[in-house]
Amino acid sequence: MTTDDIPAIACNKVCKSFGSTEVLKDITLDIPAGQVSCLIGPSGSGKSTLLRCMAFLEEATSGTILIKGQPLGFSEQDSGFRARQPASQIRAVRANIGMVFQQFNLWPHMTALGNVSAALRVVRGLPKREAEARAMAQLEKVGLADRADHYPSQLSGGQQQRVAIARALAQEPRIMLFDEPTSALDPELTGEVLNVMRQLAAEGMTMVVVTHEIGFAGSVANRINFLDHGRLLFSGSPEEVFRKPRHPRLEQFLDTYLDRGASMLV
Amino acid sequence: MKFDIGVILASGHEILSGLALTVLIWIAGSALGLGLGFIVATLRRYGGPLVNLGLAIPVEILRGTPFLVQIFLLYFGGPFIGLSLDPIPAGLLGLTVYGAAYYSEIFRAGYQSVPEGHVEAADCLGFGRIQTIRHVLLPEMALIVLPPAVNMTVILLKETALLSLITVPELTLTVQAIGSQKYAFLESLFVLALVYWALVEIAGQLGRLAEGYFSRYRTART
Ligand SMILES: Nc1ncnc2c1ncn2[C@@H]1O[C@H](COP(=O)(O)OP(=O)(O)OP(=O)(O)O)[C@@H](O)[C@H]1O
Ligand SMILES: [Mg+2]
Repeated sequence: MTTDDIPAIACNKVCKSFGSTEVLKDITLDIPAGQVSCLIGPSGSGKSTLLRCMAFLEEATSGTILIKGQPLGFSEQDSGFRARQPASQIRAVRANIGMVFQQFNLWPHMTALGNVSAALRVVRGLPKREAEARAMAQLEKVGLADRADHYPSQLSGGQQQRVAIARALAQEPRIMLFDEPTSALDPELTGEVLNVMRQLAAEGMTMVVVTHEIGFAGSVANRINFLDHGRLLFSGSPEEVFRKPRHPRLEQFLDTYLDRGASMLV
Repeated sequence: MKFDIGVILASGHEILSGLALTVLIWIAGSALGLGLGFIVATLRRYGGPLVNLGLAIPVEILRGTPFLVQIFLLYFGGPFIGLSLDPIPAGLLGLTVYGAAYYSEIFRAGYQSVPEGHVEAADCLGFGRIQTIRHVLLPEMALIVLPPAVNMTVILLKETALLSLITVPELTLTVQAIGSQKYAFLESLFVLALVYWALVEIAGQLGRLAEGYFSRYRTART
């Protein structure tokens, strides 16, 4: 078995509750390597929670998540006991993953270059000059080399999100997770972020994208996963999703987008 | 009887030595209190609910009782539990612990002012807990923490005057002794007020300089 055969992320019967609210119910889902997988679904269906479980920002209540075949966060012992991994092991598995948030989450006290180079210096221990050279290359990639010395407060939302993408990419993750990366942006700024993501997809990055941009999902995703009330109701190619929607909930969900200019896809 | 500050200032040498001790205890007590307060706030954030509660109680007691009562208990009550301290160490310890209780609350508010997402971003990039504190939390909370911390430090300076009551030979004790020797009680109070006020002004200016430094990235904040 080559590494390509192993899914980048394998969720097996993942459940997540907050108190007595079950938010994720038995999610079994493979994220294939080198492809773009989108998570769509109505508000509150658990998309962010699932994505956050994949980054171990949330701990699944039960079930397992494998990153490139390695268990994330918990190790199953022979006795069946689920033991939390030591922090160093969690960090090592997590190093495969880059995360991009809806609210960008740039650090306001650092410039764009500082944000992108910080982890290279602090986590990888690279000397300042080398870290900044690598960070600069990432900023160039997202078209923001000329804004390197700007603080986040001096950048537009779209520019901030591109810096955040560059920051995640600088750690050379093998999988990128995006949680509604454009929904905090004015419509005219979403394009610049989606373009960076398209370029990343074209380079073969494994991506999981929670999005309400059905147009983006339809044109870039290899697989679309539809969540509703914490369950994975449908998983398939964009053609399958848009051409012949089968599940009534999916059909109903997509209907709400017909009015929003996504009708040409359906 | 006439009002003549000269009587007091004639003992300039003694005043300076009292002033030196006040400044020393103040700076050492503030610095130690700041450090201890930060440690307490950090333990309360990361130590789980039991540690949080175990630290909340002493913090509330220290904030809810007068400093004077605390140093009397420490100095006069300490020997009963085997803690016999000379006036200066007792005063320093008292000031440190009292300050730490307030500083810890300031840092706690500072921690809470940083959006959780900024910490999650650091987590995802592989930062360890201490690295996140050092490179994300502390610099981000600096602007929030600085004004109340400067304010508290000024209050601590004024509280050092109470250490005269456990016979720490600091500024207040020294100047009052001179005043009563020379029958110049009012003059001594006047000199004390002037010197404390000058120190407070200097501390306030330093605080504003620090705020200016930390606010450089907030220029275009929307
Ligand atoms: N930390 C939390 N504590 C309690 N409940 C939570 C928490 N986070 C999420 N939930 C609940 O879990 C459910 C799923 O939330 P989630 O954020 O995953 O939905 P979503 O699909 O991302 O929705 P949206 O499209 O609005 O972002 C919601 O009902 C939400 O209220
Ligand atoms: Mg969400």
